[in-house]
Amino acid sequence: MKKIEINIQDYPFGTKKPEMIKTLTGKRLDEITLDSVRSGEITENDIRISPETLLLQAEVAEKSKRKFLGKSFRRAAELCNMPDEKIMEIYNLLRPFRCTKQELNRIADELEQSYNAVLNAELVREACAAYEERGFLKK
Amino acid sequence: MSKRSKRYEYYETLEVNKDTFIHEIPEIGLKTMSGPDDPKPSIRIVDGRIVEMDNKPDQEFDLIDKFIAKYAIDPDMAEEAMAVDSLEFARKIIDINVPRSEIVRFTAGMTPAKLVEIVSYLNPVEIMMAVQKMRTRKTPANQAHVCNRKDDPALLAADAAVAALTGFDEIETTVGVSRHALSTALGILIGSQIGRQGVLTQCSVEELLELSIGMRGFTTYAETLSVYGTEKVFQYGDDSPWSKMFLTSAYLSRGIKNRFTSGSGSEALMGEAEGKSMLYLEARCIAIIRGAGCQGVQNGGIDCVYISSALPSGHYVTMAENLIAMLWDLECASGCDGIWSGSKTRNAAHMLPWIITGTDYIHSGFGATSIMDNMFGGAGFNVQDLDDEIAIQRDFKVDATLKSLTEEEHIQVRSKAARAIQILCEELDLPRYTDEQIEKVIYAHSSDDIDRNMNDNIRMSEEIIKNNITLVDLLSAFLKAGENEIAEQLLGFIKQRIAGDYLQTAAIFKKGMKCLSAVNDNNDYAGPGTGYRLGKERWEEIKDIRQAISPDDLIKAQSLEENSKGALEMVLEEVDIVSKENKLYEVVIGISPAFGKALNKTLSDLYVGDVIYEILAGIEEEGINARIIRVENSTDLGMIGSIASKLSGSGVAIGIQSKGTTVIQHKDLPPLDNLELFSIAPLLTLDKYRKIGKNAALYAKGKCPSTVPVSWNDEMLVFRTRAFPKVVMLQQVEEESVDPEKGCTELKAHFNRRR
Repeated sequence: MKKIEINIQDYPFGTKKPEMIKTLTGKRLDEITLDSVRSGEITENDIRISPETLLLQAEVAEKSKRKFLGKSFRRAAELCNMPDEKIMEIYNLLRPFRCTKQELNRIADELEQSYNAVLNAELVREACAAYEERGFLKK
Repeated sequence: MSKRSKRYEYYETLEVNKDTFIHEIPEIGLKTMSGPDDPKPSIRIVDGRIVEMDNKPDQEFDLIDKFIAKYAIDPDMAEEAMAVDSLEFARKIIDINVPRSEIVRFTAGMTPAKLVEIVSYLNPVEIMMAVQKMRTRKTPANQAHVCNRKDDPALLAADAAVAALTGFDEIETTVGVSRHALSTALGILIGSQIGRQGVLTQCSVEELLELSIGMRGFTTYAETLSVYGTEKVFQYGDDSPWSKMFLTSAYLSRGIKNRFTSGSGSEALMGEAEGKSMLYLEARCIAIIRGAGCQGVQNGGIDCVYISSALPSGHYVTMAENLIAMLWDLECASGCDGIWSGSKTRNAAHMLPWIITGTDYIHSGFGATSIMDNMFGGAGFNVQDLDDEIAIQRDFKVDATLKSLTEEEHIQVRSKAARAIQILCEELDLPRYTDEQIEKVIYAHSSDDIDRNMNDNIRMSEEIIKNNITLVDLLSAFLKAGENEIAEQLLGFIKQRIAGDYLQTAAIFKKGMKCLSAVNDNNDYAGPGTGYRLGKERWEEIKDIRQAISPDDLIKAQSLEENSKGALEMVLEEVDIVSKENKLYEVVIGISPAFGKALNKTLSDLYVGDVIYEILAGIEEEGINARIIRVENSTDLGMIGSIASKLSGSGVAIGIQSKGTTVIQHKDLPPLDNLELFSIAPLLTLDKYRKIGKNAALYAKGKCPSTVPVSWNDEMLVFRTRAFPKVVMLQQVEEESVDPEKGCTELKAHFNRRR
């Protein structure tokens, strides 16, 4: 797991350390201005949170002794670059009785291989194991 | 019973007795605490893995047990935490010498049954004390519902702007028709940012649709990720703890803050409570939320609050479940959103504890529109209760985060918000608003007052999807229209979406986009003088409600011009003192120093000229002569009556103060005794004053009339409550008019008839 050194005193970064924040497309926060919006340089992805920022927030959560929330931020970081439709598809397939064991494992593999989403793959595999034991898989 | 008690027949007419109260039915989950099948707390750990939890071995774990055991309980802490004596720990929760951080270090290793056992030791006052210390964020906040029956975006924007300016930190909407979702979300986003930059917004719709709205940038939080306490009900909800766990991270990946929703009673409602108590099942829900890695929960009855309200200790359990969420270090939006009861008294009692202690969100939410426009099916407190809550925070000197707006401020912010939507529609070629329609929105109370065609709203949502309009497009549109101030506000908000600071536990934005969360505003309550305290500036704001009157307002309301607008105007002419010699048949009316001068209105809102006119008429009816004297050197009613009686040929006098308090006095009685006393001025009507005059005349004739009856009803007593606070200020004016050098002045009343 990637560790970033942060100082909890720098939170909230948006006002205290804006230079630490980059958008999903790698723009700095101070590049997001009325002028850059006016000239059409800013697109939808330029205003999205980046995996790096989510990992920063994961560190904040963990430093504040909230390790479960920290892990959620880490899973979120893996999902940043995943298309909206793919996210919605996976969420739907995680609902009860949607998938067989093979199908869930295939999703986990895809998460790992196509998106490097290791933690999310782990989540799907653990769901699969629990669903199997409790009979929540597609028959 | 053949013969009914009139008292019991009366009881039946009361709202509280139209409420439904039911006896406990533990086997189907209709019991708030200590269900027949609630487990005893236990834990067994082998090789860092939980193999027994709450008296159940892992082979018997259902889906929820598996999830909780795997994700929600810290195995490193579990054995130590579970070994703690529950009563001892309950005491630590309210011990000011044990910091919050120490409590949550232990709860991290506790099971649902353990926390239920612990909170069961606390009574409601102790739960309130615990909440003051255990809520995650030090500064309290509040949440509003803003919706309307027509899903009209300009009206949503106007109402959201007002809610934001009033002080709500989160605004939640939902729709009548799901196809309106995008235009609705857009309405509250724009309105809220115009009202107060940084207010977080949510559009509560089906989960996938909600996620897609958030991804477009139109919302910043979500809270309808529902979880349930039994496996069966979870299955009915077509979800699993794992699908929800994925969803919470998915929201975070788009910069959307989220919290889950639970609340006791849902399992009983679905017929799958497994013989467990409501509190135990709710504790399981909260454990799932914690394990899923979500920062917070909305609980405390919520959609099933009606079940709690019918059961014994129903309110206790809603308080206890909020506390469990806090003990597990989660942000808690503490409910207070449903209608608890048809009785206003019970309903207000339901809201009161959290208004006083403050929570992460006191209401979740407060219906900030007319109740018929609240598409969540109404809320417990709605716009008709807003001034009540603002007054309650002033009464208790607590912070419910609200402030009183003047009518001008209200209209101004609505105008700005509604026009912003009009501009957007023009710039983005969405169905337009006419100026007349916007005018109606600005001045509207409810959606009945506006007249835009609802099909325009559906078309608006369709266009947003078709043209893939996002937050950036909204910003560009405002820039193109030259609306730089709004654009600037939105830009500041967008930057916060990128930084994601508000994704941390219990985050809100206060003035100047200051992000406050459990990270940088952690609750450090440690007894008196610590934790959240009202600052001087904020207290001034709370005190300054628009309805409050100052002495100047009161004095103006007492002026002759303000009060002699009716048929009569009384002029009191000073004349020489008339001797009482040989005037056996007279009554003297003694008035107070400021009567008819600086003070012209009694506490029953009567013009003093009308009062004197009626008294004189009553005396005259009995063929008796009347004189008026002003007692210049005393404001005391006993003294005024006594002095007047000594100047009366018959020995009978009426004493009256400007506020209307009246006495019938006889010269032979001591000042503190009297023939009749009318001490509750607000209850006196003109009719009564006439009778007082008549009775005084009868006494003067040596008769013994029956006393003037003074009766009251609820309405009159409320009137008295409202009138009395003015007494102190009126008395001050009377005192200032006293001239100790002067004795009495003889007066003659003239009445000018105006019509």
